[in-house]
Amino acid sequence: MTVTVWISRDAGALALGAEATAQKLLAAAQAAGTAIRLRRNGSRGLYWLEPLLEVECAAGRIAYGPVTAKDVPGLIDKGLLRGEAHPLRLGPIEAHPWFASQQRLTFARVGRIDPLDLDDYIAQGGFRGLRRALEIGSAATVNEVLESGLRGRGGAAFPTGIKWQTVLKQPAGQRYITCNADEGDSGTFSDRMLMEGDPFSVIEGMIIAGVAVGATRGYIYLRVEYPHAYQVMNAAISAARKAAYLGTDVCGSKHAFDIELRLGAGAYICGEETSMLESLEGRRGEIRVRPPLPAEKGLFGAPTVVNNVVTLATVPVVLAQGAAAYRDFGQAKSRGTLPLQLAGNVLRGGLIERAFGLTVRELLYDYGGGSASGRPIRAVQIGGPLGAYLPESQFDTPLEYEALSAIGAMLGHGGVVAFDDTVDMLEMAKYAMEFCAIESCGKCTPCRIGSVRGAEALGKIARGINPEGNCSLVEELCDTMLQASLCGLGGMAPYPVLSAMKHFKEDFAKRTAAS
Amino acid sequence: MTAAEAPKPISQAQKDEILAIVACHKDQPGPLIEILHDVQRSLGYVPAEAVPLIAGALNLSRAEVHGVVSFYHHFRSAPHGRRVLRLCRAEACQSMNGRALERHAMKRLGIGFGETTVDREITLEAVYCLGLCACSPAAMIDEEVHGRVTPERLDELLKRAGAGVRP
Repeated sequence: MTVTVWISRDAGALALGAEATAQKLLAAAQAAGTAIRLRRNGSRGLYWLEPLLEVECAAGRIAYGPVTAKDVPGLIDKGLLRGEAHPLRLGPIEAHPWFASQQRLTFARVGRIDPLDLDDYIAQGGFRGLRRALEIGSAATVNEVLESGLRGRGGAAFPTGIKWQTVLKQPAGQRYITCNADEGDSGTFSDRMLMEGDPFSVIEGMIIAGVAVGATRGYIYLRVEYPHAYQVMNAAISAARKAAYLGTDVCGSKHAFDIELRLGAGAYICGEETSMLESLEGRRGEIRVRPPLPAEKGLFGAPTVVNNVVTLATVPVVLAQGAAAYRDFGQAKSRGTLPLQLAGNVLRGGLIERAFGLTVRELLYDYGGGSASGRPIRAVQIGGPLGAYLPESQFDTPLEYEALSAIGAMLGHGGVVAFDDTVDMLEMAKYAMEFCAIESCGKCTPCRIGSVRGAEALGKIARGINPEGNCSLVEELCDTMLQASLCGLGGMAPYPVLSAMKHFKEDFAKRTAAS
Repeated sequence: MTAAEAPKPISQAQKDEILAIVACHKDQPGPLIEILHDVQRSLGYVPAEAVPLIAGALNLSRAEVHGVVSFYHHFRSAPHGRRVLRLCRAEACQSMNGRALERHAMKRLGIGFGETTVDREITLEAVYCLGLCACSPAAMIDEEVHGRVTPERLDELLKRAGAGVRP
């Protein structure tokens, strides 16, 4: 009898040795004379348990983890392939409290299926959303997305339905769907996990968008730092084309739609939508002044939908289950579920998809189990390098758009990075300015010059040179950047700086005393 | 310490290769970055001589092409070492001692970010997020990813990669 074993090929799992585990398993099973079928999936998102191994038994998929290559022979001796007891045995992963308490809609298939197996995808609900969109037609599809309350998960949180409606209203002609897969924020990896774990959901979301707004061509702009996602996405596009989900006649309908995958080239600013469009057109990723909005005049001057990977992969869920079912999750103006990414100095990091409303503290301690170092968590940064730092006193804030905005923070792409009490917040503030200087596109002065001057002034504070004067200089600079930058890079880089100065005064005062 | 010698002039075969790549992409809308990716994949870098060739074929100015090459961190104007070590410098990795790992790598290899060892074995590059933030600090050797990298683990990886470390 052949035993089926699942080991992830997600980049995070590979970074922790999944490939060595897989190879060892194949060799050990052969030596033991047991036939196995090794299947590769995305990650379940419990990264502290990777490499995670799941064995298909009568009782379901029994997980073991973390299983390194050197654990494999011992595990096989103890009956791994029959799902027997072992200290590394976790049971069915879906019953694990860390997983069972989640509400996985967008990530429903990630880790459960072979990402490149179309039959797996269809068997688990794939293309149901597309079929419904084709049935109800363009206007009703846009309306469904509008009614669902879905907001852009890339960071700006703009209502997706309104974007689509704007494109739909433009005069007839060429229109484009672009998928922003330039996931550059530190602490975020949900786009990567989706592309590596369930690429057809991204493709399906783009096709639905194309049907909804009357676009026949889509582009995925993927960052070059994700070679694994590139391979999987490329293979998935080919498979979808072969099965006629992409091409001149999508699913036998009269709609034509095809996708081209383009690689970025290591510029953080290209995650900003207009800069991404410039880059797709083959130019320097300098941002465009708005208006006109991309929905009116976007890629190659045509009306363009720009949506993030998670947003697009959520669209099939909205269509398949209905706007009302999706909107029932969440609270206030944050509807649906949010894939949170817990990272940095935590014991149990990974992907947690739940309805909006979980507090920072619940995330850090109930899921994260506190810091990895065992020291107190002193600060968290939410929403990437342009997100504010929160002190412990703000940990009861719910992770939703309005609540975070009320305390001068932002949810962004849902990445949460924890720091223990060894963190030097002056260093982090300085880093925020340095990062902005490295990644500034150079088009506007507040960002290009402000970030360089900001890093210099913070460097002086660190060396004890006129700390008070330099602190007020930084504040003034931040004000100029906030008010006068053309886009979110210069316009938001002040958030981590000002929040660090406000909530962690002692790190700046220490230098004051030293001078 | 750094092997910063000027790259050798490119051969006629390499010029032909560049022109073939351009011809391949010419009819695509907005092809420049795709072309640069293919040139770098094929030659290992984007030589200065490629700029006028590409500009001429796409009917762009040399300044426009140079502007694009120099804008993107990924494109190199000189060949890299036999292997490329990328260390993530972003916040999540910093929260897990990434800074100490950076210092260790620089000391061990005797080079800074953007530099190549004298024996041309390894190039050290900074990267801002590899999306491996739940297993920080992260590194990538060519396209092979590694998580929870300690200084000791990095030494092992470098040794396995065949890159000599500074005695």
